[in-house]
Amino acid sequence: MKILVPVKRVIDYNVKPRVKPDGTGVDLANVKMSMNPFDEIAVEEAIRLKEKGAATEIVAVSIGPAKAQETLRTALAMGADRAILIQTDDEVEPLAVAKLLKAVADEEQPGLVILGKQAIDDDSNQTGQMLAAMMGRPQGTFASKVELSGDTVTVTREVDGGLETVSLKTPAIVTTDLRLNEPRYASLPNIMKAKSKPLAQKTPADYGVDTAPRLKTLKVAEPPKRSAGVKVADVDELIAKLTNLGVVA
Amino acid sequence: MKTLVLADHDNKVLKDATLAVVTAAAKLGEVHILVAGTNCELVADHAAKVAGVSLVLLAEDPAYEHELAENVAPLIVNLMADRDAFLAPATSTGKNVAPRVAALLDVMQVSDILSVEGPDTFTRPIYAGNAIATVQSSDAKKVITVRGTAFEKAAREGGNAQVEKIGTTGDAGLSNFVGAELSKSERPELTSAKVIVSGGRALQNGENFHALIEPLADKLKAAVGASRAAVDAGYVPNDYQVGQTGKIVAPEVYIAIGISGAIQHLAGMKDSKTIIAINKDEDAPIFQVADIGLVGDLFKVVPELTEKLPG
Repeated sequence: MKILVPVKRVIDYNVKPRVKPDGTGVDLANVKMSMNPFDEIAVEEAIRLKEKGAATEIVAVSIGPAKAQETLRTALAMGADRAILIQTDDEVEPLAVAKLLKAVADEEQPGLVILGKQAIDDDSNQTGQMLAAMMGRPQGTFASKVELSGDTVTVTREVDGGLETVSLKTPAIVTTDLRLNEPRYASLPNIMKAKSKPLAQKTPADYGVDTAPRLKTLKVAEPPKRSAGVKVADVDELIAKLTNLGVVA
Repeated sequence: MKTLVLADHDNKVLKDATLAVVTAAAKLGEVHILVAGTNCELVADHAAKVAGVSLVLLAEDPAYEHELAENVAPLIVNLMADRDAFLAPATSTGKNVAPRVAALLDVMQVSDILSVEGPDTFTRPIYAGNAIATVQSSDAKKVITVRGTAFEKAAREGGNAQVEKIGTTGDAGLSNFVGAELSKSERPELTSAKVIVSGGRALQNGENFHALIEPLADKLKAAVGASRAAVDAGYVPNDYQVGQTGKIVAPEVYIAIGISGAIQHLAGMKDSKTIIAINKDEDAPIFQVADIGLVGDLFKVVPELTEKLPG
């Protein structure tokens, strides 16, 4: 079985994003960029399925600028077999990303598509579900455990009340949550090896997908700031404050 | 404008998250609620009483019992033929179903809205809440998920909507519900609690978490939350997690114990009315957002606090 793993190049999760003074967006100039952490988990899960013998080939795909190649090389260094870059300098919304991934899936015919539940830049949490809808296939979102057996994938999902398990017929779409696994670091020899793995370059036009945005960003602003309050010296003073707030009768 | 709201429920009770969505939907137009489930007439009766709701659509089918997106999305798509906006709560159910509906309608969803600025304009958090974007949708129909803490809850009483039973779309035959391990608790639910006591990695292990955090929460009749670090370390299950990737909460009082205050945690609780922090590190980032801070060893301070609290 082939596994398709979409990955996105985003601001590194350790960097504090800064809103541009003119309110047009977040400043990404000279900011460290990395693979979306949820996508790293997706790559790792695909590799583990291959190591168990449940998968035969892992294809990583990214939609973004030329530099998204670096993100794909990271996926290849972790253990993906080959990569596809759909290059565009435009911002592509989840709906159009899902359409492009659908086109790639039509060509590649994967048994599983594993992707992050959301990207940490626009926090939409949509692409996997949209792709599943477009492919007419089932979805296992917010996965904390994935088990493949024959043509069935059993997914344990992190839901508001705890955990829920669903079984899906493959081909299926899985989106990863934080506790699915801990992604490996690529070793130096594997980073070197990744440089010679195949990376195909495409454009959205190659797939006949219109990526024109449907949402227009009118403004990006800083959230209202909270300021630090007072420090209390001891528990008695804290209880007095709690009493004032009406929390303690 | 006619809107359709997806009711979040467990086939018995209409969940609070739905009430905030009703408020958001009412800003756009007429509010219809879809109750999709099985043997869930009681939920439809609850929904009919919610202030501001003009019609309740009741779709009962075993295929809808666990709100599987593969089965519920086609039903919603049919209902959207003569409605203009679909709104779901940004709960695990809503987040699972809404994008599937959006794709089938060829609409770019607006996720996790904080406010309705106009019929096609909304604000939403990006970059883990480090920025707020105002976005305008050019799609003819809107698909929206709503952050529950950002809108007042519509009143559970005062409405008198008609309940209409509708036909169902059946089982898509793609997915099956296997089971659930839901945390059982006598305490209030995190997302609707007035007071939350949350613990972090400084508690060192699950035993300490239970021994220190829970008695304090019980005295304050509070819900119990945790930081991602505490959940990842296995002190408590995933549904305790407060933060960008866990639950977004905004109680009257949030008490953070042994939580340093990582960005991703702050994103989940910084809209709380009053934040209280107990931490032995006086430079911990949590103190920068806390209204009341107590620098001290939680292993000493928390038992003392629990003991001295009346009740």
